[in-house]
Amino acid sequence: MNTAKKNEFLYFALKNWKLRIGFVVIGVFLILALIGPLLVRNDPFAYANPTGAKPPSSDYWFGTTFFGQDVFAQFVLGLRATFLVGILGGGLATLIGVVVGFTAGYRGGIVDEVLNMLTNIILVIPTMAVLLIIAAYLEVRSIFAECIFIGLTAWPWAARAIRAQTFSLRTRDFVDLAKTSGMSSFKIIFREIAPNMMAYLIMTFILQFGGAILNAATLDFIGLGPTNTISLGMMMQYAVMWGALLLGMWWWFIPPGLAITLIVGALYVMNVGMDEVFNPKLRET
Amino acid sequence: MNRYFTRKILIYALTFFLAVTIDWMIPRFMPGDPIQNMLSRANVNADAAQVMYTYYAHAFQLDLPIWQQYLNFWGALFRGDLGISIYLFPTPVAKVLMRAVPYDLFLLLPAILLSWWAGNNFGAFAARSKWLDNTVSPIGYILSATPYMWLGIFLAWLLGIVLNIFPIAGAYSFDLQPSFSWKFIGSVLQHWFLPFFSLFLVMFGGWAIGMRNMVIYELEADYSHYLEALGAPQRLVRKYAFQNGILPQITGLALQLGVIVAGALVTEVVFSYPGIGYLLLAAIQNQDYFLIQGCFLFIIIGVLIANFAIDIIYILVDPRTRRGMTGETA
Repeated sequence: MNTAKKNEFLYFALKNWKLRIGFVVIGVFLILALIGPLLVRNDPFAYANPTGAKPPSSDYWFGTTFFGQDVFAQFVLGLRATFLVGILGGGLATLIGVVVGFTAGYRGGIVDEVLNMLTNIILVIPTMAVLLIIAAYLEVRSIFAECIFIGLTAWPWAARAIRAQTFSLRTRDFVDLAKTSGMSSFKIIFREIAPNMMAYLIMTFILQFGGAILNAATLDFIGLGPTNTISLGMMMQYAVMWGALLLGMWWWFIPPGLAITLIVGALYVMNVGMDEVFNPKLRET
Repeated sequence: MNRYFTRKILIYALTFFLAVTIDWMIPRFMPGDPIQNMLSRANVNADAAQVMYTYYAHAFQLDLPIWQQYLNFWGALFRGDLGISIYLFPTPVAKVLMRAVPYDLFLLLPAILLSWWAGNNFGAFAARSKWLDNTVSPIGYILSATPYMWLGIFLAWLLGIVLNIFPIAGAYSFDLQPSFSWKFIGSVLQHWFLPFFSLFLVMFGGWAIGMRNMVIYELEADYSHYLEALGAPQRLVRKYAFQNGILPQITGLALQLGVIVAGALVTEVVFSYPGIGYLLLAAIQNQDYFLIQGCFLFIIIGVLIANFAIDIIYILVDPRTRRGMTGETA
């Protein structure tokens, strides 16, 4: 029964064009991020082209910046940073959301009251404002620190949603049965409740992934990005700062933003596709 | 309803308290020492540095016990004293921010309200219409995935540089003085359009998709089927679906405010539009910490006020909250 059900999901997942598009787009960018730096002949920070800014050519696939830096080399390195922020930042936010949501939803009572209050408070505070003020006071900023701060501030909506789901599951018969059989709370949550909302948890992660990428881009663009590497948001910041707009150097600012749009858009579309696969009511016929 | 309100107000009060505490805590407990930084930039000899350090520590009251500093911080806050800006010395931070706020309101209010209104109507209209749905949904997803600054950069380049229709920097033409002439108002509107439009587009995508999904969901609900079975015209059924679908969109607006404000910050940076975002960039580049902290507080207060306004609107729109039927939505 269990394997048959898994195959059914797999069947609908492969048939779903939204999931397929999403996977292909993410896959292409992921491969580019992984092998891209190996294809690059120039150091992303070196002033490779002595003539300064040049449009894309066979030597410099995405052209060169105002200072003659290879845009493609920066782009693939920035892609790595983007995926890292998505996976680590989004992953951490999901993890905290899961822990808080499960605890609040399953325990109920005073624990729930306190955690729910905390969630609601942090939900109201604009994430970006907190990230800004933390980053502004850090002199050396690493990409890992950025991931951690993004993860620490992005979890509330996930916690709230997971709490609501747990609430509706914890009064079901199979949970009562597990309780009467003397299972520990921890086991009940991970063996009985979590598997029943696996799809929901995956979708939460996908949305957190996209959100972390957008947050990092905003932070980097305002000049508070990591100090030891380059990211897509920082590429856009430099482009605007050095007048790429006025000089018409479109190859400098189009690729990074377009890549973020496509990656996050693909994630959103995958999220919808996932919903359709796991929720038979929404399936297209 | 009373319970709902007390709960909300308690949450906002705690949020404000927490935000002010963060604002006070971060400069004091983060690694690094702002005074030391300032002195190392001033490049004086060691003895003089020591004297200056004591002087500044006293001037900024950093030699007081920590709890005293915290209480003083609150006291200063209630007097409206946010310190002196270093970047625009010697203007008080509160004054600098007050000058920027009108531009923010002028940019954000129309962008938020119009995109919400247009997105909801368009999304409801597109739901269940095959052709529209197939075109609107992909565009909506792409728009809502677009980073705000990139759409701003893209529009500035396309409409400002390539087609040369709109100016791309400032709030009004540099050769004009603020006045109540048609020429000046025209210039203000011309400079306002691109930042407004790029904010509008990104938000529009999100609202349209959200509303489309809500309406489809409501049209599947029992009451819709019942109305249809009674032979009610399709327009009436859709009207009820819209009215029910709009409620989560109001809550959604409250939840999205933080993201929207962040989007406005970077959009202002792209267009050099003199709001809080542009100020913040200058503050970061000049290491003007008082101004950064002031921006943080202003953003939080703005978002809290907006949240409260949305709560009141929600109560006015949804009769169930007034009768205390949904206590747990808080």
